[in-house]
Amino acid sequence: MDQRPVTGRSIVIAIAAGGAIGAVARWLIERGTIGLLDAEPVATLLVNIIGCLLIGVLVARVLGGAVRWPLARPFLGVGVLGGFTTFSAYSADAVVLARDGSPVVAGAYLVGTLALCLAAVWIGGRLGRVRGVSA
Amino acid sequence: METLLDIFLVALGGGAGAVTRYVIERTAAQRISAPFPYGILIANVVGSFLLGVLLGSVTGAWLVLLGVGYCGALTTYSTFAHDTMRLTGGGRMPVAVTNVVVSIVAGLLAVSGGLALGALLSS
Repeated sequence: MDQRPVTGRSIVIAIAAGGAIGAVARWLIERGTIGLLDAEPVATLLVNIIGCLLIGVLVARVLGGAVRWPLARPFLGVGVLGGFTTFSAYSADAVVLARDGSPVVAGAYLVGTLALCLAAVWIGGRLGRVRGVSA
Repeated sequence: METLLDIFLVALGGGAGAVTRYVIERTAAQRISAPFPYGILIANVVGSFLLGVLLGSVTGAWLVLLGVGYCGALTTYSTFAHDTMRLTGGGRMPVAVTNVVVSIVAGLLAVSGGLALGALLSS
């Protein structure tokens, strides 16, 4: 197995590449969802839930020792999933919803996203759990 | 119809945003000794503010590059949610709740402030 230490530069490159991929994936899903439903908050909610499920899986696998690649967490965690999920669009969605006359919907969106995403992290952690390792 | 240019702009902004978030998080972790996810909080609030400014002042390619790409990658929900679950599971519920409340409230204020500044800049 390759035991060369991971350099700071390779971490940054991995994060940049992952961030680019995650952002593009988010963009494509958003365009597809908005094209179908004409609802930006639904698109944001969708990418955030998926991203939170996957971070749960990733961390469980990494901490459980099932992942050999030292750049997995920078590339997939910080990069892809960090680029894929978004807090800025979440905040902007809520402000726009409230401003356009639905503060109650805005509140439900804020709380609903949070609850579903926290649940997704937990479910992901269960799904990614490595046998024989207590998380 | 997503153009290749749009995809390229999102990728470019996305790579830069993710690296910026990493630098912010590393810097905060080194400078601030408190066991609180300040780095992600700062990245999320700054990104929300910037998105507000952009939404209030630009459209088209600039919005795709900086709003969708850069702000979208600078901010994160996955790390935020994972941090919250980790803090909660580690018996640090007050910290978890504080992180959630501050992040959400500050994010909303940041977008609102950004929109106002954006409108001002483009008037």
